[in-house]
Amino acid sequence: MEPKGLIGDLEKRFPGEIVESSRDGEDLVLVILPEALLRIMGSLKGPPYSYKLLLDLTCVDFRRDASIFEMVYHLYSLDAGRRVRVKVRLPAESPSLESLADLWRNANWLEREVYDMFGVVFMGHPDLKRILMYDGFEGFPLRKDYPLRRRQPKAEKGNAT
Amino acid sequence: MMLEPRPERNSMLLNLGPSHPAMHGTVRIMVELEGERILNSEVEIGYLHRGFEKTCENRTYFNLLPYTDRLNYVSPLINNAGYALAMEKLLGIEAPERAQYIRVLMCELSRISDHLTSVAAMGMECGAFTIFLYMMKAREYIWDVIEFTTGARMTASYIRIGGVRADLHPDYRVALEKAVCETRKVLKDVHGLLDGNKIFLDRTKGIGALTPEEAVSYGWTGPCLRSTGVRYDVRKARPYLVYDRMDFDVPLGMNGDNYDRYLVRMMELDQSLRIVEQAAAALPPRAPIAAGDRRPIDPSDAIRVSRGQRAVGPVRLSPNLEGSEKNVYSDILADDRRWTLPPKEDAYTTMEGLINHFLFFMKGRGIRPPKGEVYFSVEGGNGELGFYIVSDGTDRPYRLHLRAPCFHIVSALERLIKGRYVADVIPTFGSLNMIGGELDR
Repeated sequence: MEPKGLIGDLEKRFPGEIVESSRDGEDLVLVILPEALLRIMGSLKGPPYSYKLLLDLTCVDFRRDASIFEMVYHLYSLDAGRRVRVKVRLPAESPSLESLADLWRNANWLEREVYDMFGVVFMGHPDLKRILMYDGFEGFPLRKDYPLRRRQPKAEKGNAT
Repeated sequence: MMLEPRPERNSMLLNLGPSHPAMHGTVRIMVELEGERILNSEVEIGYLHRGFEKTCENRTYFNLLPYTDRLNYVSPLINNAGYALAMEKLLGIEAPERAQYIRVLMCELSRISDHLTSVAAMGMECGAFTIFLYMMKAREYIWDVIEFTTGARMTASYIRIGGVRADLHPDYRVALEKAVCETRKVLKDVHGLLDGNKIFLDRTKGIGALTPEEAVSYGWTGPCLRSTGVRYDVRKARPYLVYDRMDFDVPLGMNGDNYDRYLVRMMELDQSLRIVEQAAAALPPRAPIAAGDRRPIDPSDAIRVSRGQRAVGPVRLSPNLEGSEKNVYSDILADDRRWTLPPKEDAYTTMEGLINHFLFFMKGRGIRPPKGEVYFSVEGGNGELGFYIVSDGTDRPYRLHLRAPCFHIVSALERLIKGRYVADVIPTFGSLNMIGGELDR
């Protein structure tokens, strides 16, 4: 489906839940409300859109300018050869969002990484814990207020599993 | 916290890695066993985490290039290309045609070295040490070609924003022909040694299989996805550089098991060799050097002359800058001094060149893309290698995120080995071609 048709279709099905839409070349960029995430992603994955591949999922710390965290999802449709970028803005104080682990299996690790790096909590995630950092790491390293050269306390003996 | 022992199930825990010869870098797999059957497993990653994204967000756009070399360190040039192309999309520039062909050539050579390494390691882990030695031999020839032009075997930082660092070495064709010929020979030998080898087949056929639906759900891309029969190759689906002018096939597997992953990689090696040959044949010639150019003079003489008068003709440069002389700039780098480094001759002999050089490297100056964001992906050795860059208009990326194909592939490992034997872990893991630098970033 052409990006123009897709956005019209989605706005009809999810009235008021698509905050913004724009284009990046031939790909569509959507900003949606957090509470609509599961529904919109679910319908993008299924027919007739069939954006079946969750390419990527990450987060950007925009607290400097707008006091939000922005989740960024990239989906890809294998049939149409198109990508769509879906963004969700989360309040900076308590960033939390529903997990997509039931829709895509790779969301499990990807969301763990975002939790690890940004402290975004995913509700309904089967096993939300750090993935690249170790248990006992303090803070969230990719947040902008985490200094580049901050030292971590030494891991206590017997803490390692 | 990893898996806990559960005495009521009469199972035992076995720890594989993180420092284990078969773990390709560092990854830890904890398996819960009943006899030799794997009931459950847990994969722990992050042992090679360097904070790549955080580091890049604190480096200028030009300075962070060498960090990308160290992602998938077996095919660093593809990482360079992915980053450079993402930046070019953000800046709205395009590399000259000759540079694009050189990039294709270099990317495919890197893919060959990536696949060779992957199959070599997998073969060795199944007990076929000969395969390993043969393929490492072929890889040396490939790296000779790369070294000839880039000056480095692995950490090349050769493909830059706007083009490439230097033109191809005048004699590169000899090395290239040798490498292609030797690699073909090795591939033939490896096919003969492995394709019908009972030991190899027993450990790979039907083991670690994934259905196409599951593979897509796990976000698999690259050879692993294609081994399940899903036709997705970024070079075909979203052509970049001059891949749309190249004639090559996308080999597909059927069963998505270890054997198909091996076979798809082997077939892709053939295709990459085809692309290399085509790119070398179609390489646009260098722009003719303007008539009236004088004989090159030594850098020290040029600097001395330029103190008194406006400088001079071509300058003979030190060997480590070979191929990046001013007269080849129009062939290898986009013609926009805001985003590309001025030629060294100018920096040494003219005032404007020196100013440009300083402006390029000064804090807060240099490459400052407009505000915005970009996602661009290339076909890496393991699959779709994507860069997501958010620019806030300064000289450093506000956010740089890498879509690492390995991450998605390794996330399916627990699923692949569940219910199998301990001995199946090694070939299954080997066939996924985990690269620690890319997985952990």
